[in-house]
Amino acid sequence: MQPNNQRKLTGARILIETLIEQGVSDVFGYPGGQVVDIYDELFKARRRIRHILTAHEQGAAHAADGYARVSGKVGTVIATSGPGATNLVTGIATAMLDSVPMVIITGNVPTRLIGRDSFQEINITGITFSITKHNYFVTDVNELADTVREAFQIAKSGRPGPVLIDIPKDVQTAKAYYSAAPEIQAIRQDPADDQQIEKAAEMIGNAQRPLLYIGGGAAATDLGEELISFAEKTDSFITSSFMGLSAIPSECERFLGMEGMHGRYASTKATVEADLIIGIGVRFSDRATGNTKRYAKNAKIIQLDTDLSEINKNVIVDLGLVGDLKNTFRLLADHVSPAVHTAWHERVSELKREGRMIFDKINESSRSSVSPRTFFDVINDLKQPETVIATDVGQHQMWTAQYIKFEQPRRFVSSGGLGTMGYGMGAAIGASAATGKQTILITGDGSFGMNLNELATAVTYRTPLVIVLMNNSVLGMVRQWQTLFFGGRYSATKLDRKTDFVKLAQAFGAKAERISSAEEFRAALSRALKQNGPYLIDVPIDKDELVLPMIPAGGSLEDLITTDERKTQQ
Amino acid sequence: MNRYVLSVYVENKYGVLTRVASLFMRRGFNIDSLTVGETENPEYSRITITLRGDDYTCEQIINQLKKLHNVKKVKLLAEGNKVERELMLIKVRNTPENRNDIMAAAEIFRAKIIDYSTEYMCVEVTGEPSKINAFIDVLQPLGIVEMCRTGAVALERGSSILVK
Repeated sequence: MQPNNQRKLTGARILIETLIEQGVSDVFGYPGGQVVDIYDELFKARRRIRHILTAHEQGAAHAADGYARVSGKVGTVIATSGPGATNLVTGIATAMLDSVPMVIITGNVPTRLIGRDSFQEINITGITFSITKHNYFVTDVNELADTVREAFQIAKSGRPGPVLIDIPKDVQTAKAYYSAAPEIQAIRQDPADDQQIEKAAEMIGNAQRPLLYIGGGAAATDLGEELISFAEKTDSFITSSFMGLSAIPSECERFLGMEGMHGRYASTKATVEADLIIGIGVRFSDRATGNTKRYAKNAKIIQLDTDLSEINKNVIVDLGLVGDLKNTFRLLADHVSPAVHTAWHERVSELKREGRMIFDKINESSRSSVSPRTFFDVINDLKQPETVIATDVGQHQMWTAQYIKFEQPRRFVSSGGLGTMGYGMGAAIGASAATGKQTILITGDGSFGMNLNELATAVTYRTPLVIVLMNNSVLGMVRQWQTLFFGGRYSATKLDRKTDFVKLAQAFGAKAERISSAEEFRAALSRALKQNGPYLIDVPIDKDELVLPMIPAGGSLEDLITTDERKTQQ
Repeated sequence: MNRYVLSVYVENKYGVLTRVASLFMRRGFNIDSLTVGETENPEYSRITITLRGDDYTCEQIINQLKKLHNVKKVKLLAEGNKVERELMLIKVRNTPENRNDIMAAAEIFRAKIIDYSTEYMCVEVTGEPSKINAFIDVLQPLGIVEMCRTGAVALERGSSILVK
């Protein structure tokens, strides 16, 4: 390709032009020695592409991830070689485990210095083999533009995921011809074949107690309304994995909530009693299924997924439908016949009633002066339907999953698969960058402590962000395990720090306050939601609060813990 | 435990072998052998993998391999519809007592003596992996000093072709 009316451009310039051509309007990152050429081009292109500078590369990776989850676009992040690249690793792994489309650009030392343990040299492609969908080490500037395009295509095709491109400095400075190309489309995947769809429809027709089990794939493909119509047509109910939350409105009559370790009682119980489970974009993770030998033991299982390798991976299914998820589901919806299952309906209503009673009892047995659920009720009252809820990892995350009423898809941003403490700050900043609107980050003092440096980023960019810090001075989730399964030996979970989070947030330039009652929380949250810029609310929680109900790891419904059996704490 | 032979057609690009090998480590799959070499098209390589396990493991491996971007085709070669060969070089002690036994075994197995010194002999043998194993069994009591196996390569019989 050598159009005579064109000048040669540097690799750095070609990279930026290709990002813009691929529809990237925001990029997160942190500069350094081996990406200084790229940053020079970013400066020159600053009116066409916005760069958001974080406090740490990990924050940038999580921000790109949060941005992608909310917008449905490919998140983009840039970091330098060596420590810049390794700081991204947790962020890349988080995106991989939750199938989030991302393109990660790293600089590297010049080709002639590769392999010599040069300053800030690291083999980041080697490090990220198993946490990327694919990665590239670019050695020829002439291949750069097409490599970037292919990376975007891989990131968004089929089951999305992160793709890394490592570019040595001499490739950034070398020159090549560039001509703009249209935004590359995802590779089209055929739906599952008709015969299988007919077979699935027949199985659904024969079922008396059908249950849809939806996951991250259902959420990412925006199946929302169609799932509900399907459930209504076939008179089935819907449960979700953690990643499937927010795919449909939480208050939907057909929805029984999340299933699994900290799932809703009705949801988990319905899984045991169902005679057919239809998994939709869900990988039957161990956190959801518990002991797979006893999982859904009365049910046949149909699994719809875009990824062939998910079929029979965690549970053996009776029928796997592999293909484009949306179209496969639509074809199936066309093929199923309307049904009425009165007995199942009555049974599910009963389970819902029992579940509500269990939840109320859990709430009453709260040890805090204000129970955690009370705070979530206030958040549910004050948030807008489109408000993004982000979380970190731990007890607050599971309470969020249990209590937050999601109203719109793509409004829940949380690290499900990897369970990355410290994910929240970066992800929430990325989410707000995507929507331009308020994000509520629900976090804990443990998780927040891991990446609170990103407060500086939120202040600088006036990120509309409310941080609800559920502060119990302990690592609550691990402490809960120690309480229940380790005889109360609280090894390394008492934080007992003297950190004043209000002053800390203020020192970063954010507004902050501490509350001590539900009324104060309501007033504080109303104030916070009107702010333009980060606002931290320090919310006290008792250190012995438990997330219930709970099925112990590897257990099944018979092992369900619904009440806090301990005597009052000494 | 069954034995499976997989033929994997991959792009001849940076890091492909590492990607395939690291997949086995990451997913906890055990393999018996892995060989790789160029194909009739220099842009592609062919990897032959032999493994022991059950149908479940084999299916998982195939599905995971298919997800790798540089992997263009994966096929399980059916028992009875493939030709399979492995090559081994094996060095044995050359003493007046065992010299005739080694040469007789080599003759029967249609092996070749490719290096001969006063102390050692090096024998080259080609065949199905089971034949190689049998040859090792025969030489074992005679004093094997060192050996090197290539791992199996295999093609389908008749008109079956992996990539047309």
